[in-house]
Amino acid sequence: MQQQAALGLRRPVLKMNLWQRFWSRSNERVGYLFILPSFLHLLAFVFIPLVFSFYLSFTDWHGPNLQSANFIGLDNYDFLMGDRRFWNAMGNSAKYTLMAVPLGMAISLLIALVMNQRLRGVYIFRTLFFMPVISSWVAVSVIWITLLDPNVGIVNYVLSQLGLPGVNWLGDTATALPSLVLITIWKGAGFQMVIWLAGLQAIPQELYEAAAIDGANRWQNFWRITLPLLRPTTFFLAVTGVIGSFQVFSPVYVITRGGPLDSTDVAVYRIYLRAFQEFDMGYAASQAWVLFAVIFVLTVLQVWYTRRRGEETLF
Amino acid sequence: MVRARSRFEVPAKIVGYTVLILVTAMMVVPFLWMVTTSLKPSGAVFSYPPQIFPETLDFSNYTRLFTLVPFGRYFVNTIIVTFFTVLGQLIVCSMAAYGFARLNFMGRDIIFIMYLATMMIPFQITLIPLFLIVFGLGWVNTYQGLIIPGISSTFGIFLLRQAFLGVPRDYHDAAKVDGANEFTIFTRIFLPLVGPALATLGVFAFMGTWTDLLWPLLIARDQSLRTLELGLAYFNASTTAFRQTNWPLVMAAAVVVMLPVLIVYIFAQRYFIAGIALSGVKG
Repeated sequence: MQQQAALGLRRPVLKMNLWQRFWSRSNERVGYLFILPSFLHLLAFVFIPLVFSFYLSFTDWHGPNLQSANFIGLDNYDFLMGDRRFWNAMGNSAKYTLMAVPLGMAISLLIALVMNQRLRGVYIFRTLFFMPVISSWVAVSVIWITLLDPNVGIVNYVLSQLGLPGVNWLGDTATALPSLVLITIWKGAGFQMVIWLAGLQAIPQELYEAAAIDGANRWQNFWRITLPLLRPTTFFLAVTGVIGSFQVFSPVYVITRGGPLDSTDVAVYRIYLRAFQEFDMGYAASQAWVLFAVIFVLTVLQVWYTRRRGEETLF
Repeated sequence: MVRARSRFEVPAKIVGYTVLILVTAMMVVPFLWMVTTSLKPSGAVFSYPPQIFPETLDFSNYTRLFTLVPFGRYFVNTIIVTFFTVLGQLIVCSMAAYGFARLNFMGRDIIFIMYLATMMIPFQITLIPLFLIVFGLGWVNTYQGLIIPGISSTFGIFLLRQAFLGVPRDYHDAAKVDGANEFTIFTRIFLPLVGPALATLGVFAFMGTWTDLLWPLLIARDQSLRTLELGLAYFNASTTAFRQTNWPLVMAAAVVVMLPVLIVYIFAQRYFIAGIALSGVKG
């Protein structure tokens, strides 16, 4: 930086007005102009809302104008600690995450391993597996509501053909959340598979050739070479998966509306109801911050765990 | 060893294809179900056992759909919102990315790290105040309320910055020697060179905007401003309210919502998958 400034001083001073100097090719302050639109956007729609949200979480604001907001200190957070409906929703989010993330990652890895075997027509399969990923959540939800219909749905029909009893998938408190997990995995498997595949293709083939000389079988190859070398991918999918699962909203909104008996009421759906149905904006803001704190702690724990094992992380 | 391996090959391939075909069936049957159900007579109670292929094809659901609910209007709304959001993201993100990748100015890296940090902030935190700001600006129930908050994305800036960093520095220097200013260098030299990355961002922005539910749910209060995704959610909710869902009609609506996305995907899947792989590998 100092060198550049020194060089700039030696340059002959041309007769230019401020604007021309600002735009002149040697002045890289023009960079500020390049980032200005995005900066204003970030300021207006991320930074200011962030500060605003933090302030709101200490008020009892119910709208519509800000004059009616009273600063109530930590009352929201105090009430939140004993709010059983909120913790039920957080618990459901946690259950959903615990089921969807590992299961989804395992299934998509399995598909990716098969696809990595240089079979013919892999690209056609990849295209088809990806269709759920790009589909809208609402359309997918509507389809699955009919497929999982307890009386006339295809899924129960297939079960009955196999001699198994039907399940009231979305209507039973025990199966509603796992059903949402299944739909999520179905929708997300193609996405995760593409990322696994990219990771798999980055593993040098020589390692497998060397292992073959040592007499390693497929099983050993997988556990000793493939999985350890996929750690960065595993880490990425686990971190983004946990973050994404804790933020699930659309399938809950369209399919179950939190029911039956709050068994699929997840954190973001609860915040949405509190803020935009009950207009309890201040309290909902405090719920959002608690959700963020939980996600943040989980992310830090994952980074810490990976670091502790001596692995290079992506962050 | 070699012989033992080749004896393994054939069964492994059979297992592989079996898995792929089974998974394909699971992935594709729901879509097939959606399309064929939409071609069943309107209001038909489901037959049991479920029929994937109807005996007669009935396209009247599609015409009924557009008379019953203003799906044509929803379609136009979605196109307007998506077009301007994608255009905005391409312009705003590419400018910022170029600034961060190729121009030296005070505090550049600190500002960039600040941008990256915002990627960790969940949408829900900013959702309520974001809505209040848009409300305060009088943008609820307007196109700008649907569009402006989405015209920049940190992910997009990050993606394009990586692409700009891949362009050799010499291009920049050569153009400067020729007397081009930064804006000319940016539009004439750098933008054409990162075409694939722009396409990737464009496809991502398109998919994200076209299928977004939560934001339109908050902003588009009037029916005349609803997007397809929101319209489908409301349509589904209104038909199920009386426990007499007209599934063929709802499925026809789902097809209408999904078709444009599928078409774009089929033509642009190269960029889409490249973008996902990139975001996965590079974090």
